[in-house]
Amino acid sequence: MKLLKSSSLALLVSLSATWLAPAVSQAASLLNVSYDVAREFYKDVNPAFAQDWKTRTGETVTIQQSHGGSSKQVRSVIDGLAADVVTMNQALDIDALANAGLIPADWSSRLPEHSAPTTSTILFIVRKGNPKGIKDWDDLVRSGVSVVIPNPKTAGNGRYSYLAAWGYALKKNGGDQGKAREFVQKLFANVPVLDTGGRGATTTFAQRAIGDVLLTFESEVTLMLREFGSDNLEVVVPSVSILAENPVVWVDKVVKRKGTEKLAKAYLEFLYTPAVQEIAVKHHLRPRDPALLAKHSDEFKPIPMFTIEEIAGSWSEAQKVHFSDGGLFDQIYERK
Amino acid sequence: MSSRSQRSVLPGFGLTLGFTIFYLGLIVLVPLSAAFLRTFGMTWSEFVAAVASPRVLASYRVSFGASFAAASVNMGFGFLVAWVLVRYPFPGKRIVDALVDLPFALPTAVAGIALTAVYAKNGWVGQYLEPHGIKVAFSEIGVFVALTFIGLPFVVRTLQPVLEELEPELEEAAATLGAGRWQTISRVIVPQLFPALLTGFALAFARALGEYGSVVFISGNMPMRTEIAPLLIITKLEQYDYRGATAIAVVMLVASFVLLLLINLLQKWSRRYHRV
Repeated sequence: MKLLKSSSLALLVSLSATWLAPAVSQAASLLNVSYDVAREFYKDVNPAFAQDWKTRTGETVTIQQSHGGSSKQVRSVIDGLAADVVTMNQALDIDALANAGLIPADWSSRLPEHSAPTTSTILFIVRKGNPKGIKDWDDLVRSGVSVVIPNPKTAGNGRYSYLAAWGYALKKNGGDQGKAREFVQKLFANVPVLDTGGRGATTTFAQRAIGDVLLTFESEVTLMLREFGSDNLEVVVPSVSILAENPVVWVDKVVKRKGTEKLAKAYLEFLYTPAVQEIAVKHHLRPRDPALLAKHSDEFKPIPMFTIEEIAGSWSEAQKVHFSDGGLFDQIYERK
Repeated sequence: MSSRSQRSVLPGFGLTLGFTIFYLGLIVLVPLSAAFLRTFGMTWSEFVAAVASPRVLASYRVSFGASFAAASVNMGFGFLVAWVLVRYPFPGKRIVDALVDLPFALPTAVAGIALTAVYAKNGWVGQYLEPHGIKVAFSEIGVFVALTFIGLPFVVRTLQPVLEELEPELEEAAATLGAGRWQTISRVIVPQLFPALLTGFALAFARALGEYGSVVFISGNMPMRTEIAPLLIITKLEQYDYRGATAIAVVMLVASFVLLLLINLLQKWSRRYHRV
């Protein structure tokens, strides 16, 4: 009995030790903490990088991936998950790392293109034949049109959709904030369900037959057409939309401790190479390379896009004004 | 009852009590006090703003109201299920018995998705309900349905052993003494079961209050209407607002603790009242 106890105790200790001490002995390993739907993209990127690194340095590298809801992932990193690199779909989550002191505040200027090797945008997806005749943003606020958008307070999808609508209304009304407010208010009056995540909204729209139009990322739109059939759904490209940048950073505090700084930087720089830009296209993310983008213009329709900075100053400003407690999004519901 | 000053004949009291306190402290108290400590960093007005905004207040109404309704319904129908399972032999009884545990075992997100699929307007049940103006998925009723689903086994599993102890002879005696069926149930059976019924209710209620996974799929999460308090906790975490999230958690904790304490007192009272 005593033996059993001590051996199980030893097992417990060793288990927790492997758990708590992040692979210190293996120098050539990276942990990429990322958002949910980037899983497949990085699954293709990682072997390509390992290959490339091997031919360049002769070292073998293993890359571990961790995926989940964006801010949940970032919270784990803040709470001590030893992520060498963090790859997200909005700068807001990376800013949280900077606020926690894990990376410098000027992280976005450390790599080209605001540290975002790929981009996406928000498009509409409607039922086959577009029975409600939805062509552009103005059609979304008509009465009798039901719009599915995930909750902007919990989903990156939702935040970009909200800000795209806001930006459209601002631009249309010459920067009149009151008009823009009225527009998003009318838009969300047409939203019957606020799913907590982007994939949840996709299910609500495609499988529960709720809503006439779904707002979501371009990458998700293409996946939906494949999954649920282009004979059920079709894409509507609005006249203007928002530029969604997918920022990447190495986590200074972690890479310094683990001695993986060079490797982490090389990994992120690799994301800008033609090879990975091609992989991005395969996963329906817009590449940064203009030539490559033009080559795939049938998939990535050229639309005028505005940035968060143009319409809201910055991500943290947008968060404060629109999505924090008591912000404009809350007021839409509380004023009723 | 034996006097407490007397030493128990059972050995090992000191060791086991010590371990009990250590275990409870480690598993329950330490995480809970961490939650409380987080909120101590807030000023009083920050705390009030976090836990008493209109949207948060509405979510308490949804959470406590739906949990109470679901636990009440489960108390009634759970009683029926436990009764049938204990008192009557029938083919397939073991399967029915095992079915009761399914809500325990099923990941709640799966339950939520399945329930939504059934009750959405194109689902098996939803397609017949929606034409009559009964909207279950993405409405308040959806929250109630999900909470009823996850709460059922708590009532059944609490009642079953007590019912098994309850001898059928008691009913026969009541009948020979001239009690009608209804009298037997209300004067003989229910009073005996009342404490167990309350425990089942309390367990189902507490479980429903904390439920997140299944509800967020079926409720539609509309602010002021179908948003549950646990969702607001998550929402605050999404904004990296740890203190606001723990503030709501603390309010929920205190409220549930008070409610559970009340139920315990009621139980004690009913036990004494009916035993006399």
